[in-house]
Amino acid sequence: MTDRVPSSPKMSARGVNVSYGGTPAIQDVSIDIDMENVTAFIGPSGCGKSTFLRTLNRMNDTIPSAKVTGDITLDGEDIYSAAMDVVQLRARVGMVFQKPNPFPKSIFENVAYGPRIHGLAASRPDMEAIVERSLKRAGLWDEVKDRLSDSGTALSGGQQQRLCIARAIAVDPEVILMDEPCSALDPIATAKIEELIHELRGRYAIVVVTHNMQQAARVSQRTAFFHLGQLVEYGATDDIFTNPRQERTKDYITGRYG
Amino acid sequence: MNAFALLFLIAGLGLIGWLTGRARAVRFDRGARGRVNSLPSQHGWYVALWTLLPALLFVAVWSAVSPGLIRQAVLEHPAAAKLSDFAFERDAVIDEAGRVAADPRASAFNPIAAELAPAVREARSRYGWMGGGTAMLLAFAGGAFAFSRLSVDFRARTRVERWVMLILLLASLIAILTTIGIFLSLLWESLRFFSAVSPVELLFGTHWSPQVIDPKHPGASLGAVPLFWGTFFIGAVIAMIVAIPFGLMSAIYLTQYAPARVRAWMKPMLEILAGVPTVVYGYFAALTVAPAVRNLAVALGDTYASSESALAAGLVMGVMIIPFVSSMADDAIAAVPTAMRDGSLAMGATTSETIGRVLIPAALPGVVAGVLLAVSRAIGETMIVVMAASGAANVTLNPFESATTVTKQIVDLLTGEAEFDSPKTLAAFALGLTLFVITLLLNIFALRVVKKYREAYE
Ligand SMILES: Nc1ncnc2c1ncn2[C@@H]1O[C@H](COP(=O)(O)OP(=O)(O)OP(=O)(O)O)[C@@H](O)[C@H]1O
Ligand SMILES: [Mg+2]
Repeated sequence: MTDRVPSSPKMSARGVNVSYGGTPAIQDVSIDIDMENVTAFIGPSGCGKSTFLRTLNRMNDTIPSAKVTGDITLDGEDIYSAAMDVVQLRARVGMVFQKPNPFPKSIFENVAYGPRIHGLAASRPDMEAIVERSLKRAGLWDEVKDRLSDSGTALSGGQQQRLCIARAIAVDPEVILMDEPCSALDPIATAKIEELIHELRGRYAIVVVTHNMQQAARVSQRTAFFHLGQLVEYGATDDIFTNPRQERTKDYITGRYG
Repeated sequence: MNAFALLFLIAGLGLIGWLTGRARAVRFDRGARGRVNSLPSQHGWYVALWTLLPALLFVAVWSAVSPGLIRQAVLEHPAAAKLSDFAFERDAVIDEAGRVAADPRASAFNPIAAELAPAVREARSRYGWMGGGTAMLLAFAGGAFAFSRLSVDFRARTRVERWVMLILLLASLIAILTTIGIFLSLLWESLRFFSAVSPVELLFGTHWSPQVIDPKHPGASLGAVPLFWGTFFIGAVIAMIVAIPFGLMSAIYLTQYAPARVRAWMKPMLEILAGVPTVVYGYFAALTVAPAVRNLAVALGDTYASSESALAAGLVMGVMIIPFVSSMADDAIAAVPTAMRDGSLAMGATTSETIGRVLIPAALPGVVAGVLLAVSRAIGETMIVVMAASGAANVTLNPFESATTVTKQIVDLLTGEAEFDSPKTLAAFALGLTLFVITLLLNIFALRVVKKYREAYE
C-alpha cells in the first residue's frame, strides 16, 4: 500500500472550526485531501470525524445550529464563498452515509436520481447507460440487472449500501465522502465495499471515516487521527500505524482507549 | 329509596369498611421480622373496594333494568286496559303518569294518566326499596367477606392492584360501550324506518322532498342521492380543494423551511384554528363568505346565483379543515427519516426538489390517510352547513348553486314540529346511520394506512 506522491491537493482545509449552538465540536483543523489516495479518518466516538466530513460538502448547512469558520477549498475555490453554488458543490463532492439510505423508489430511479436533477442525461438511453455504468462501478450490476424496477429498499443492507455508492457516483463526482460506510454491514458485505473502494481509488478522491483500525489500514493510504475535536496526526497510513509520532495516536491505535 | 341517599349510604359503608379493615390490620402481629406483606391502609382499601364495587355495579344495572319493571307493573294495573293500542300514544300516557307521580302538584291532561299515577308511584317505591335494600345488602356482604379474609399473610396489596386494574378497565370500556350503544340505538330507529321505506329507495332514490310525503309511498320523496351528492360536493370536493393544498403547503413550510422560532408560534396558531367552535365558522360562512360568493357569481353573469351556495359552505369548511390536514401531513413528513432527506440533499438536490421527489412520495400514504380523516370530519361537519348551506336538494356541479348535505337535512328533519314515528323523522336516523357507517369505514381505512406507513419506517 504505497502513498503515491500527491500532486496539488483536491481539497484543502485551513483552520476549520465547527460549533453546534456555541459548543465547539472541532477546532483548528487543517488537512489536504488528494486525488490519488484514499484518506481515512479515525478517532474515538464523538471526536468530530463526521462533523468535519460534513463540512467538506457543506452538509452542515442543514443543521441550523452548526456554525463553520475557516477556509475549505475544492480545486482552489473557496467552497464557503458566496459565489459557490451548494447544489453544484454537492454534485462534485458526493456522500455515502453510515446507514444505507436508499430512496423508496425503484433501483433504477435511485441511481437516476442525481443525473435527473442535474440534467446529465439527454435521453432515456443516455440515462440507462449512466445507471448501468454506475451500478457496474459499484459492483452491484450483476445482482440487480434483472430487477431494476424493484424497490431499492427491498435489497439487503450491503446491497443497499452499494446502491447508495452507485447513486453517489452516478453524477460523476470528484470527491466521495463515506461516513462509516460499513458499520451496519456484515463481514462479507464489508469486504465487498472495501474492494469497491480499492477499485474507485484514483478515479475519485475518497475519504472514509471508520472505527475499524484494520479497515483503515486495508483501504487507505493516508490516515488522519482526530481526538477531542482536534486533528492530532495526519500522514501516510503505514507510518501512522507502525510509527506514530504522537503519544495519543499510539495509545489509540494500540487500543489503550477509544 | 332516593338514589342520592342510597349512594351516600353505600359510600358511608365503604368508609366504614376502610376504617375497620385498617384498624384490624394495624393490630396484626408483625412477627419477628417486623415486616408485613401489605400496609394497613391497603387492607383498608381491600375491604372498602369489596364494599363499594359490587354494590355500585348492582345499582348501575338496577337503574337500567328497573324502569322496564315499573312499566310492566303499571301495565298490569286495571286502568291500563283502557290504553290505546297505538304504541306511540300509549307511551305518551305512561310518560305523563310518570310525571304526575313524581310531582303531586302536576295535574294530568289525560284522565288515564291520572288514574295510573298512583300505580306508578307505588311501583316506583316498591322497586326502589327492593333495589336499595339489595344494594345495601351487597355492600355489607362484600365488606364482611373481605374483612373476614384479612390476616397477617393476606396479600391485600396485590388484591387491591387487581381491583385498580379492573376499575381502569371499566373506565376505558365505558367510552367504547357508549359508542356501541349509540350505534345500536341508531340502528334500532333506522330499522323502524326501513320497515316503512326500503333501503334501496333511500340510498338510490334521487328525489328528496320530506316536506311533502305521500303516506302511501313515503319512500318516493325520501331519496337521499341529492344529499349524498351535496355532502360529497361540499365536504369532499370544494372543502378539500381548499384544505389539501393549503394544509400540505403549510406542513411543508413548517417542517422544512420554517426556522425554529417561526415554527414555535406558527404551529400553535394553526392548532388554535382547529379549536375555533364551528358555529363561529358558520357565522363567517353565512354573513361574510356567502354574500361575497353571490356577488362574485352575479359579476360572472349568473344573476340567479344562490346566497346559500355550495361554494360558500365548502370554502369555509375547507378553511376549518386546514389545520387538520396540516398537522396530519406534518406528522407524515416528520416521520420520513432524516437520512432520506440528507441523502437527497447530499446528491445536490435543492430543498424543494428533495420535498417534491423524496419527502412527499415517501410521506404520501400518511398524507393520504390524513386527507381521508379530514374528509370524514368534513362530511360529518354540521354547524357550517346548517348556517350557510341551503335546504334545497340539488344535484349540481355548479358551485354557485345551492346544495344541501346529510347533516343539514338531519337537523331540519328533527327540528320544528316533529311527530316521532313518522317516516320523515325516522329518516333522520337512517341518514345518521349511513353517515356513521361511511365515516367509520373512512376512519378504519385511513388508520390502517397510517399504521402500515409507520411500520415501513420503523
Ligand atoms: N446535530 C448536532 N447538534 C449538536 N451537537 C452535535 C450534532 N452533531 C454532532 N454534535 C456534537 O459534535 C461532536 C462531534 O460529533 P461527531 O458526530 O462529529 O462525532 P464522530 O467523531 O463522528 O463520532 P462517531 O464516531 O460516534 O460517529 C459531539 O460532541 C456531538 O455531540
Ligand atoms: Mg460519526
